[in-house]
Amino acid sequence: MTQRILTMPLPQKSHTVTGFALMAAILTFLAATTVHAELLIRVTEGADSAIPVSIVPFAESGAIPPGDKVSSIVRDDLVMTGEFRSLAPEKMLSLPSRRDEVFFRDWRMLGQRYVLVGGLTEKAGQVQARYELFDVNTEKRILGETASAPVANLRSLAHHISDKVYEAITGVPGAFSTKLAYITLDKHNGKSRYRLQVSDVDGKRAQIRLESPEPLLSPAWSPDGKKLAYVSFETGKPAIYIHEMASGKRTKIADFPGLNSAPAWSHDGQSMLMTLSKDGNAEIYQMDLQSRQLKRLTNHWAIDTEASWDSAGKGLFFTSDRSGGPQIYYKENVNAEPRRITFGSRYNARPRPDSNGKFVYYVHQRDRAFGIARTNLKTGEETVLTRTESDESPSVSPNGRMLIYATKQGDSSVLTVISADGGDAYSLPASEGDVREPAWGPLTR
Amino acid sequence: MKLSAQAKVFAVLLSVGLFAGCSSTGDTMEDGAYGSDVEPIDQQGGSTVYGGGDQDGISSSALTDEERSNAQRQAEQAALRDITVFYFDFDTAEIKQEARDVLIAHARYLANNPGQKVRIEGHADERGSKEYNLALGERRANAVQRFLIVNGASRGQLETISYGEEKPAVMGSGESVWAQNRRVELVFQ
Repeated sequence: MTQRILTMPLPQKSHTVTGFALMAAILTFLAATTVHAELLIRVTEGADSAIPVSIVPFAESGAIPPGDKVSSIVRDDLVMTGEFRSLAPEKMLSLPSRRDEVFFRDWRMLGQRYVLVGGLTEKAGQVQARYELFDVNTEKRILGETASAPVANLRSLAHHISDKVYEAITGVPGAFSTKLAYITLDKHNGKSRYRLQVSDVDGKRAQIRLESPEPLLSPAWSPDGKKLAYVSFETGKPAIYIHEMASGKRTKIADFPGLNSAPAWSHDGQSMLMTLSKDGNAEIYQMDLQSRQLKRLTNHWAIDTEASWDSAGKGLFFTSDRSGGPQIYYKENVNAEPRRITFGSRYNARPRPDSNGKFVYYVHQRDRAFGIARTNLKTGEETVLTRTESDESPSVSPNGRMLIYATKQGDSSVLTVISADGGDAYSLPASEGDVREPAWGPLTR
Repeated sequence: MKLSAQAKVFAVLLSVGLFAGCSSTGDTMEDGAYGSDVEPIDQQGGSTVYGGGDQDGISSSALTDEERSNAQRQAEQAALRDITVFYFDFDTAEIKQEARDVLIAHARYLANNPGQKVRIEGHADERGSKEYNLALGERRANAVQRFLIVNGASRGQLETISYGEEKPAVMGSGESVWAQNRRVELVFQ
């Protein structure tokens, strides 16, 4: 039998993925230390309506480093969304890496809808990935590309593939190459140590950006993903800082008497919403970052805090207890009268609208428990998303498909990712201490 | 702690009594008077004076009723001032009834000691959102600050700060833990 050699007309697209990890390595202000205590993914619930997908282990040639396989990373990424169920490699009847090795009938028998195959070739410290995604039923290829990255950035290459696979199936760009910022707290001998950290979306490659004996809160990404704003008690009282990721340079932007808290960037990165109490009680202000001029946006004896721009960047959501307890309010523009959004329970706080203008996510009390809920901005319908008891700090992925929040597990706080529609939850527990206040970074580029 | 506060008060009163009672004439002391605990004080001129007596040499029975009740009230006030943590119900900044007398004692003390400064630290329990809890802690601290000012302290003596839910007094969860964390603490500088 003569062997037919098939040439696969892959598209001309070839991406070099540099990844965030490179930028992070250039920190001069603070030595970026890689943490031993990495966040780990753990499946906590099964998927019902999830799409069955097979990520076949890629063929390898050259010096591919041992450790997590590209196919495992892609698998974990897709499963984390709650929208996919993946077939374990042990259950695969064959391990194709090219189109001509795929027997679609086998995959149909296994109940699979999509199968991803590919290969990795390392040469001179550079890895090239070739990957193809097939619709099992139509037997058509819906994605076929090559991408390359330095060997040290293999994880970034894997997340890139996840992004492409996700988009090919759902039509929505993947958010797997984004970063998470969060705060960890550990205590030794009665001393507290707070750390601001940045990691991949799966909790890997965590890097410490700041360490402090005093509380750190409210990390907020700039729209270009290059800076983080946060609240730090390092001077003894809360102040707002802006921290450049690449250089490590920090600038204190708000240190007024009283509160300086809840920073939120405008979409153009030129101004910052913040909560200040210098004029008597907690109110929301907008600070122009060039001039440091303040514009006061609320004027009420109640607590007004946790402001966040809507997707269009014209209106803003915030928490106010002007009706007796904390509720979510919305102003159509900076001069409009606030309008109450939440009515379903006596405690609703910390609004985070998605970037599509569809939903706003927030902390919501039901009975005695504090969970995460969302309100449909068009219909006003509220849905409770979590079943855990003590949830905080929801943050939506930039493609609006996933939600990360902090939840109490035993005595510690851990980060959990769920589908933005609720349901399947993935915990990212730290091996020690508390992890809190996650902030989902923007899509880069 | 109550005893030492009282002992302190007595010591203060005694020294006050001593100076008040001092005169150049030697006074004799009745048994049972406070003066029986008094040590003779050497004054200039060499004469020895014993406290507890009044001007014309008649050693009256220790303190007057007024002085005695003053002493008692001062002891009570000092005991009240041993309490420096005040608790709140969930999501409120309302000062509880049992806190009022204690805070009044603190306010009076501050009024009488204008050089004394206090930092008022507001806290919240862990539930709900961190930033809202920062503001809630501040509201509690401000409520205590206002109460102290209304009752005699001056603004310049008082500093407020909120830690929200970041510095719990007790770790863990559950109603009894949360109740201990919803608090304002007075920290004397």
